[in-house]
Amino acid sequence: MGKLRPGRIAPMLAAALLAVSVAACGGGSGEPAASGQPAEKIKLTVGLFSDFHFAPLYEEFKKTHPNVEIVERRAQFNDHHKNLTTQLATGAGAADVVAVEAGYIATFTPLADKFYNLGDYGLTNRQADYLDWKWQQGLSPDGKLLGLGTDIGGTAMCYRTDLFKAAGLPTDRDEVSKLWPTWEDYSKVGQQFMAAKVKNAKWFDGPGENFRAMVDQAPVGFYDAQNNLVAGTNPDVKKAWDLSVQMLQADESAKLAAFSPPWNTGLTKGSFATIVCPSWKTGSIKDAAPTTSGKWDVAAVPGGGGGNQGGTHLMAPKQGKHPKEAAALIDLLTSKANQLKLFTDAGALPSIPSLYDDPAITGFTNPFFNNAPTGKIFTDAAKALKPQHVGPKAGDVLTAFGNALQRVEQGKQDPEAAWQQALQDLDRIK
Amino acid sequence: MATRAPDRPAVAPRHRSERFSRQLVHRLDVKASPYAYVTPFLLLFCAFGLFPLVYTAWVSLHEWTLLSDVHEFVGLDNFAFLLGDEYFWNATFNTVSIGLISTVPQLLLAIWLAHLLNRPLRAQTLFRVTLLLPNVTSVVAVVVIFSQLFGRDFGLINWVLSWFGVGAIDWNAGTASSHVAISTMIMWRWTGYNALIFLAAMQAVPRELYEAATIDGASGFTQLRKITIPMIKPTIVFVVITSTIGAMQVVAEPLLFGTYSPTGGPDRQYQTLSLFIYENFAKLDFGYASAISWMMFVFIVIAAGVNYLLTRRSGGNLT
Repeated sequence: MGKLRPGRIAPMLAAALLAVSVAACGGGSGEPAASGQPAEKIKLTVGLFSDFHFAPLYEEFKKTHPNVEIVERRAQFNDHHKNLTTQLATGAGAADVVAVEAGYIATFTPLADKFYNLGDYGLTNRQADYLDWKWQQGLSPDGKLLGLGTDIGGTAMCYRTDLFKAAGLPTDRDEVSKLWPTWEDYSKVGQQFMAAKVKNAKWFDGPGENFRAMVDQAPVGFYDAQNNLVAGTNPDVKKAWDLSVQMLQADESAKLAAFSPPWNTGLTKGSFATIVCPSWKTGSIKDAAPTTSGKWDVAAVPGGGGGNQGGTHLMAPKQGKHPKEAAALIDLLTSKANQLKLFTDAGALPSIPSLYDDPAITGFTNPFFNNAPTGKIFTDAAKALKPQHVGPKAGDVLTAFGNALQRVEQGKQDPEAAWQQALQDLDRIK
Repeated sequence: MATRAPDRPAVAPRHRSERFSRQLVHRLDVKASPYAYVTPFLLLFCAFGLFPLVYTAWVSLHEWTLLSDVHEFVGLDNFAFLLGDEYFWNATFNTVSIGLISTVPQLLLAIWLAHLLNRPLRAQTLFRVTLLLPNVTSVVAVVVIFSQLFGRDFGLINWVLSWFGVGAIDWNAGTASSHVAISTMIMWRWTGYNALIFLAAMQAVPRELYEAATIDGASGFTQLRKITIPMIKPTIVFVVITSTIGAMQVVAEPLLFGTYSPTGGPDRQYQTLSLFIYENFAKLDFGYASAISWMMFVFIVIAAGVNYLLTRRSGGNLT
């Protein structure tokens, strides 16, 4: 009759402990590598929130800096930015080079004393390359260069040609673009699509992304130029809200939260026919639903473009011990040649306008999206782009409205109550 | 004598002092070394337990945001706002609800499993290790898999339910349904673990009691009810208290179930207290988050006290 036999358990425990300790060692990548060699060995860490397809560029950097070892750390999007905040506040743990997304850039640029001024390392000479507004976003209020842009989020609309065909809608991308000059038209075509009763398919994934795209197209979004939160009183925000609600009430939503596992499944299974597509999202769709290759195409976004969704800057926190190398790495990762490369590899739309007429981009077609000329589509979107001022807590504001739309979608609240609760949530954002 | 006489006083004190010091060492060894042995724990506890507790209390009395260097003292304002905050009470309700739905069936199931294993079986070790396997699985893996199972459109559970004519349930959207889904994940991870603790206690119950009961014709269930449970009551108290504390601290399951939404669903339908704290820490509102943490600490103390009072009555014998 058995007691638990320690003789058998001990080796298993030992194995488990070993596994844990090995894993723990793997995690400690923050320390600079200590080495006795005369040529100083340096370890640079790069903190990202997804796969930026930087790996080949690191190899390129090592050719000119053989003493530098580069370690990439990735965290989930929100965690990445929250962690960075904590690391800056506590003075430890930040990577040497960090990615900061457009929704958060205004949170970090006022902290000029926490980041290296890249201007001190000669990067101010890159200004001529850049879209002016993208360049400005990376400056501190007193004009120090804290971040250099990687990509921007010129926006289009991706759609499933097979579902459009099944619903009797045109599938050619130019004709599709003509279907929806405005978001109202987009909603109307959605009703047409729903009336065709394509099996298990809705018009779009979820209300949040459409809402965001509509707000991004307005001249003023959640914040005015003085960083006052005006989301509750801005008529453009209310208009986007009302239109989103209207689409929900017409049952056009597949009720899938973007980037959730069910959303991934929905992408693969064709649960929705259209999806708002900032340039970088063409990469996300390809990664999340590789089996749907060739079923997608890309058309213009309703509302005449003009919105920027996302896009990233690279910054160097002052905690890093090797600012010279960090700045050199940022310079390389954002260089003109490499932005071109990242567009073809990862769908990241360059923030360097002279590339927009580069034949390598304008002639670029994406086989995953039915050979759509994504190069031309997204550079056109980028040229039409009217940048909007992004306030410090834009991410939290978007969450409040996104939750409110989901409450309407799930039938938990009527639109008015949901709007009121969203406004109350805004009051809590300090 | 005369020559030795002066020596005596010199020798005796030395002798005495030697004995005295030896006594001192002995007494120190008996009285002080236990403290020396527990000191490492106490030091660690002070650094990682007591100090954060006290410091959190200090922070909770301030308007304290992470990136600003000014921390304004506001007294109990954070607590006053907290008591009027419906999101806080919503999180409290969710925590209690998920705690009950997960803990009660879990412990009943654990006792039953332990009872089944507490008899001669082939391949006992295999069964016992199997019980522990869900517990060594990473919580992330568990939640990701269960989120798929509880999927609305393509989930296995809805698929099975559809055989019985039940329409697709949006597990994530509803309050009750999401609580059931999250409780299932918690039960999956912890039932086997608790069953092993019960099993260890059951093996200390004297065999003769069961033999006598068998001779008297008591069934397996009667033996469980009349012998096993009364005899392992101290263990039950222990497990109930640790499970309750664990249930108060549930955070990873709801966070991951909502795909990293710190609000625990759009309607906060499954935001637990810990998640509510996380939401406010993530907003860098450290003062308010600390106040919530302290309220949660108070809740845990109360819950543990109530548990103790309810379950202490019998001390592990057949009364």
